[in-house]
Amino acid sequence: MSEPAAARPTPAPPHASAPRFPYGAHDREPADPSAPAIAAEDLRVAYPHSPVLALADVDLFVPQGTRQALVGPNGAGKSTLLMAAAGLLPIVGGRLTVLGLPPGGAPRRVAYLAQRATLDWTFPVTVRRLVMGGRYAHLGWLRRPDAGDAARVDAVIERLGIAALAERRIQALSGGQQQRALLARALAQDAELLLLDEPLNAVDAESRAVIDGVLDALRDEGRTVIVATHDLGRLEADYDGVLYLAEGRTVAPPPGGFVVDAHEHGHGHGVAAHGGAGVTRGCGP
Amino acid sequence: MSALLDVLVEPFRWGFMESGLLAAVLVGVTCACLGVYVVLRRMAFIGDALAHTTLPGLVVAYLAGWRLDVGALAAGVVTAGAIGWLAGKRAIREDTAIGIVFTAAFALGILIMSRAHAYRDLSHMLFGDILAVTRSDLALMVVVAAVVLGTLALLHKEIELTSLDPAYAASIGLSPSRMRYVLLLLLALTVVVGIHAVGVVLTSALLVTPAAAAGMLTDRIPRMMLVAAAIATASGAVGLYASYYADVASGPAIVLAATAAVALAAAVRR
Repeated sequence: MSEPAAARPTPAPPHASAPRFPYGAHDREPADPSAPAIAAEDLRVAYPHSPVLALADVDLFVPQGTRQALVGPNGAGKSTLLMAAAGLLPIVGGRLTVLGLPPGGAPRRVAYLAQRATLDWTFPVTVRRLVMGGRYAHLGWLRRPDAGDAARVDAVIERLGIAALAERRIQALSGGQQQRALLARALAQDAELLLLDEPLNAVDAESRAVIDGVLDALRDEGRTVIVATHDLGRLEADYDGVLYLAEGRTVAPPPGGFVVDAHEHGHGHGVAAHGGAGVTRGCGP
Repeated sequence: MSALLDVLVEPFRWGFMESGLLAAVLVGVTCACLGVYVVLRRMAFIGDALAHTTLPGLVVAYLAGWRLDVGALAAGVVTAGAIGWLAGKRAIREDTAIGIVFTAAFALGILIMSRAHAYRDLSHMLFGDILAVTRSDLALMVVVAAVVLGTLALLHKEIELTSLDPAYAASIGLSPSRMRYVLLLLLALTVVVGIHAVGVVLTSALLVTPAAAAGMLTDRIPRMMLVAAAIATASGAVGLYASYYADVASGPAIVLAATAAVALAAAVRR
């Protein structure tokens, strides 16, 4: 199903590119509650030093306050799309706005959670210290976390059910606990938009239940959550919209579902075909 | 008891031994604290490379009559930039880039030394002579220690985050590559003073060995820096005593004392 023309976002006004590394700087523009969380039109993205497009002609419209799934086989471009939205990859063509700004333009309001394997888990920090990293976007250069930051970190650690592990080294955590710690850091950032790359991949049942509960609560709080997932069983129940990707392009949901490596992801089964490429149900611009 | 005290105090009746001990503490603490990040970020090869690539700078400064530190620092900064630039091009892997730059620079240094017949004059730079440090050398060590330790303290959370999770750091606008350049610059500064203590060839040992020993004993970064600094200080003192009483070169003695600390830490850890 292709996206109806009326549902397409109004083209965002041209912005100068976002400051490349605005750490600790105030966001460039005040929050605009009417701006879509993400609007992409004919988006093309390539990795640095690569002539190959990792995303081509991707359209996406995600209103604020909704939960959106990115679905597709390995290498489909889910992680690339999230990285582009986080301002980590150059936009080669088309248009992409995040909270009405160029990607990277609102670093405090957008929390990015990469796949677990991208971190150096042997690095000697505690869970509390890892989660405190979520406050750095607000602190910026030279400012140390204060009691308010510590209280915020305690609260999110408690919320994710890892308070007993707070002083433990991150290396000692199980996969599900590591994922919860990363989500806690994203919550500590207090962002309006959360970009989560496979937060439910290979986690235990307890962690899955906790993370599911937090994602539900985030939507109730009016925050936008975009999740790259291989967990295809509850798309309709858990998400307001689904974007299907294959080989870097938006596609219609395949009738038989995507083939997912069950050994790698553990939760793969057929895609429940609902919505369509780039369509967000019940949420017009 | 008093005999032991005499053994400990006796060497420091000499001014050059006092200066040597002060230099060993300053250089040891600086190298050890920065070395914690060198070890955690797996930058040991870069540290070794930066030390070696100061050689042409040292030789050119010597021949031109400049202060040797200036030549070493210039060579270190150029090398840090060249390695970062080559690795950023992605045409070759970073360790390959380091291997090319460091061996070429070291070869250039030896070549110029051989042409100028300056081996004897510069041998103290190759292998270090901590007992020959001057007041201006000590002043430079104080400045470098203040800059390196101050930067590590002020940018602790940023260096830590970019080491642990560079993608997240970049997503909040904190550039991992810029923090890496900061570390490379600190390394270049540290290497310049490390050369006074143990020379071009052994400076990377001061960066890596005390930090590696500390990493076996504790798993918190600030504590790791304290333990590494203590090990480096003790190694410096042991090296100086060995030099005084056994008439051996101080640089290798300091390095071997630190290596013994690694063995001791491994035994304690078991």
